[in-house]
Amino acid sequence: MDALLLQLLNGLDKGAAYALIALGLTLVFGTLGVVNFAHGALFMLGAFVAVSVNELLTFSKRVKDESVTFFDAYKEQPYLEIWLGDFGSAIIDWSVPIAILAAIPIMLLIGLAMERGLIRHFYKRSHAEQILVTFGLAIVIGEIVKATFGANPIPQSAPEIVSGAAPVGALFGLSEALVYPWWRLVYLFSSLAIIGGVFAFLQFTTYGMVVRAGMADRETVGLLGINIERRFTIVFGIAAIVAGVAGVMYTPILPPDYNLGMNFLVLSFVVVVVGGMGSLPGAVAAGFLLGVVQSFASMGAVKEIVPGIDQIIIYLIAVAILLTRPRGLLGRKGVME
Amino acid sequence: MNKGKTFTRRTMLKGTAIAGAAMAAPTVFTRGAWAQDFRNDPGDSSTVTLGFNVPQTGPYAEEGKDELRAYQLAVKHLNGEGDGGLLNTMKPLSLKGNGILGKKVEYVTGDTQTKSDAARASAKRMIERDGVVMVTGGSSSGVAVAVQSLCQEMGVIFMAGLTHANDTTGKDRRRYGFRHFFNAHMSAAALGPVLEAEMGKERRSYMLTADYNWGWSVEGSMTEVTEKIGWETVNQVRTPLGAGDFSQYITPVLDSGADVLVLIHYGKDMVDSLTQAVQFGLRDKQVNGKDFQVVVPLYSRLMAQGAGKNVAGIYGSTNWHWSLQDEGTQAFVKSFGQEYGFPPSQAAHTCYVQALLYANAVEATGTFYPVEVIKFLEGFEFDGMGNGPTLYRAEDHQCFKPVLVVKGNENPTSQFDLLEVVNEVPTEQITYPHDLYAGDLGPYEV
Amino acid sequence: MASLTAFQPSTPKRDAIIMAVFAAVVLTAPIWLTPIGASYPDLLQRFAIFGIFAIGFNILFGLTGYLSFGHAAFLGVGSYAAVWMFKLLTMNVLVAIAFGVLVTALFSIVIGYVCLRRSGIYFSILTLAFAQMSYNMAYSVLTPITNGETALILETADPRIIDRALLGDAKEALPSPSLFGLELTGYAAFYFCAVVLILAFWVSLRIFRSPFGLKLLAIKSNQNRMIYTGYNTRPYLLVAFVISGMYAGLAGSLMAITDPLAGAERMQWTASGEVVLMTILGGAGTLIGPLLGAGIIKYFENIFSAVGKTQLSELFAFLPDGLNEALVGLMSLFVGEGWHLTLGVLFMLVVIFLPGGLMEGIKRLTDWAKSRRQGGETVGDGAAHQPSE
Repeated sequence: MDALLLQLLNGLDKGAAYALIALGLTLVFGTLGVVNFAHGALFMLGAFVAVSVNELLTFSKRVKDESVTFFDAYKEQPYLEIWLGDFGSAIIDWSVPIAILAAIPIMLLIGLAMERGLIRHFYKRSHAEQILVTFGLAIVIGEIVKATFGANPIPQSAPEIVSGAAPVGALFGLSEALVYPWWRLVYLFSSLAIIGGVFAFLQFTTYGMVVRAGMADRETVGLLGINIERRFTIVFGIAAIVAGVAGVMYTPILPPDYNLGMNFLVLSFVVVVVGGMGSLPGAVAAGFLLGVVQSFASMGAVKEIVPGIDQIIIYLIAVAILLTRPRGLLGRKGVME
Repeated sequence: MNKGKTFTRRTMLKGTAIAGAAMAAPTVFTRGAWAQDFRNDPGDSSTVTLGFNVPQTGPYAEEGKDELRAYQLAVKHLNGEGDGGLLNTMKPLSLKGNGILGKKVEYVTGDTQTKSDAARASAKRMIERDGVVMVTGGSSSGVAVAVQSLCQEMGVIFMAGLTHANDTTGKDRRRYGFRHFFNAHMSAAALGPVLEAEMGKERRSYMLTADYNWGWSVEGSMTEVTEKIGWETVNQVRTPLGAGDFSQYITPVLDSGADVLVLIHYGKDMVDSLTQAVQFGLRDKQVNGKDFQVVVPLYSRLMAQGAGKNVAGIYGSTNWHWSLQDEGTQAFVKSFGQEYGFPPSQAAHTCYVQALLYANAVEATGTFYPVEVIKFLEGFEFDGMGNGPTLYRAEDHQCFKPVLVVKGNENPTSQFDLLEVVNEVPTEQITYPHDLYAGDLGPYEV
Repeated sequence: MASLTAFQPSTPKRDAIIMAVFAAVVLTAPIWLTPIGASYPDLLQRFAIFGIFAIGFNILFGLTGYLSFGHAAFLGVGSYAAVWMFKLLTMNVLVAIAFGVLVTALFSIVIGYVCLRRSGIYFSILTLAFAQMSYNMAYSVLTPITNGETALILETADPRIIDRALLGDAKEALPSPSLFGLELTGYAAFYFCAVVLILAFWVSLRIFRSPFGLKLLAIKSNQNRMIYTGYNTRPYLLVAFVISGMYAGLAGSLMAITDPLAGAERMQWTASGEVVLMTILGGAGTLIGPLLGAGIIKYFENIFSAVGKTQLSELFAFLPDGLNEALVGLMSLFVGEGWHLTLGVLFMLVVIFLPGGLMEGIKRLTDWAKSRRQGGETVGDGAAHQPSE
């Protein structure tokens, strides 16, 4: 029972990551009609916003390290700690949450620049060309990050107060052994909040309503005298923010490297398609579904029956769903067929 | 981008024809057989080219970079530049610091991408186009095995870089391939007694294994050793390569009743799984009245840096560590540190040593003819290279030397001070019979 | 060699000329590739093999518009099948090729039958899913067949039943793949691949010119209309898919011949993506484009990745010191470990400025030359857009 509950949490956690990336991908596809292979790179850039913020905060004075005798080595002491003492250390400790705040404007700028600078020239081009150009962009972004930060993963830690494991079992009167990392819980609930926020924005604001109308029938909305293109640009920015913030929040779980985006790219495309091209609820539902299924397939009992099932389960589910439901879970007819 | 020696079609055809003839005719080898014709003979050229085949893209790019640094340093020292590094401490030494056999050492590099295909393509380019006499490098066993068998076919010596699976000098050993790095069997043999001393005889272990050859070979060796000291293996779970999020494999450990987690992952996988295992509170847990422990059979600096403070107190093994106090280590760390500003990794060390060993063998035999070089290296005993007295075993081309058991430093005094050496396990304890893993070296002449 | 997005009838004479020129260019590759440092057997073989792979991919993607994102699986299956033939029966390459192509054909019939039930991106994801499953299984669970991460390699102790029966227990050394006694290594292997490439190109040309090819193009431009005219499109698609898969299998067996090893990473999605990129980079739907794309990507991978700072400073040695250093510093970002960056920039530049791939660039150049000759008249309107969905 405990084991199942934990796997459910794992699955939701994993699913939250998939859902956040897939949500952005679907937003961009649904509004702009662009297949954005550089979306994973946005996730990765978000993670490196966290790395940069941390490096800024720990900008250090180099002190000669006396313990190394073979050659001249230096120790680093952050200026923040020198100037502000314990308060400085506390700020450094909270670098990931600070990075989330920083990521919002930064990712918005990156998103707008990307859309205005490149993507908008590809609205009318074929999907194959969109894939090639955004894939090229993803490689370029990855290489720039590699040249700047190196190829090694760079660990980031969650604030001390949420870095341990939460006694979930004890809180709900279940087994004592039932623990779950605080940060993963924070991550899960923040993700749900972000997803909810995006939906609320589209559903309950006039701005969102126009965007939705534009997704359904771009031409008519244009005829009504609304500058739908500008709104879609903003939507691209929002998608970039969602991906970037997800990336920042994921850093304490997975030390980021320049390849992070590529690793998520393929999986998030599977998620989007399983959910149904252009369907936001579909993308979110598929994200959580695949996350949970993947977790349960990794359990020892399951693996004993079908060895190696955890390696292929996502793809197996994708095949099964696409064969039974031609347009994924919630896809519309005639989109990308 | 064109290195001077282009390989024309004519010389190539000539080369193959001669190689064919050489194979047909029964030949008697004498020491220093100058007249032998062999692939990429530098002949009268004033330079000789070595091929450094390391990962420059992909998950081990950083490790590859460090290997390349070490090779560049080795070339410098071979050519008599810099402070000479291990040339000052190696015993016995034939090298004179004037290149190899008086020829200036040059090098070409290639990107293995940590893929067997790409690594072989890159090695072939070095051999066919750039005319290298020796290929060296690599940061994973799949690549090492693939390149090693290629080099056997092409008749060019391969000095393996970082490769840890038993297969490299076991099942897939080759006459033209040599490994200085230690292997899974040695890791387990070295860890066994230390784990027994530190954690006791009554432990229950849970193993998470990367689901491919290397993982299995470490898993096999670790199971054998830990069960011999009386530990019980609760479960062994195979995890897919590059899973990223390992939480679904870690949570079952929590209530499995195990009190030791053996993480058989390497590189990024190990960074991820260890980081996450610590987040799940495994390090602070008490099970069966004992402190929960985590063991990582193969440690590297790349991993220790990537996992940050999560490595504190975690046991593992390495081939070499820069904080050793012997003469060879000090000389190497000094010249590497002065050149680059930080101490070398174990990958850098093994690559540097391999390059020197090859050069020394050529210098000692007086010829680049690979058969003679191989015969010299087989059974070669040396010292002063940072690992103490070392033997290149003739039967499987594996080096035998002490293995280090290390622990993640709880209170690091500097940013390089990530690991502390717990024990230097003597060679006798980790030596195994050469036919334990059956394999065939193949012929000298190809 | 004009763009074939639209069906362009051709005369047998013109096709014969195309074939003759093509054969001449391929067979003389070792000569004209020398100045750019690409003339050594291994890379030449790779050009030919990936050329075949891309030509085959183009038969599916260029003609029908179905974008398979799992084509590397067929390449891998072909390699494994060929290496197993070497191990079990004989080192004769014809047996290996025959078996490799046959196994791939069967494999692609099964996968094609399932995947072609969907179209558009749903088809792409289905193929991707099958390829990723093959890759993951080959890497781990199927290790007894594939030898997992270490890759399937030849051993001296392999049975090689036919060879042993005919030749007895031969020498101690590992045998090389051979064509009835002619050892296929180095340049011999390249010329073998080159001949296969020419044949493969010829078959592809025939398909492009045939009524069958025309039907495939019709499916690409409007599948519904085809269906309303009374055609059942599925069988045509399946045949195209299987032919395309067999090309990949052929390329895979050739890889095993030039280098008797089969590794799982050949089947990874990045490898599938690579052939997509090759085709689009060169120009999807054109005869030569995919080959061009394959050549360029392999050239970058093998040559650019090996250029270091020292070579760069030699190259720019004629410049004054300061300029030399600056240029070397800038250029070194794009070569050696930065070769991916060059590739990414190239993709972007090509797509932004040459939507039809490099072939469109060539076409524009020739058009421009023609129009200059004809005194400023514009010819054509550039390449038409090529919808792929």
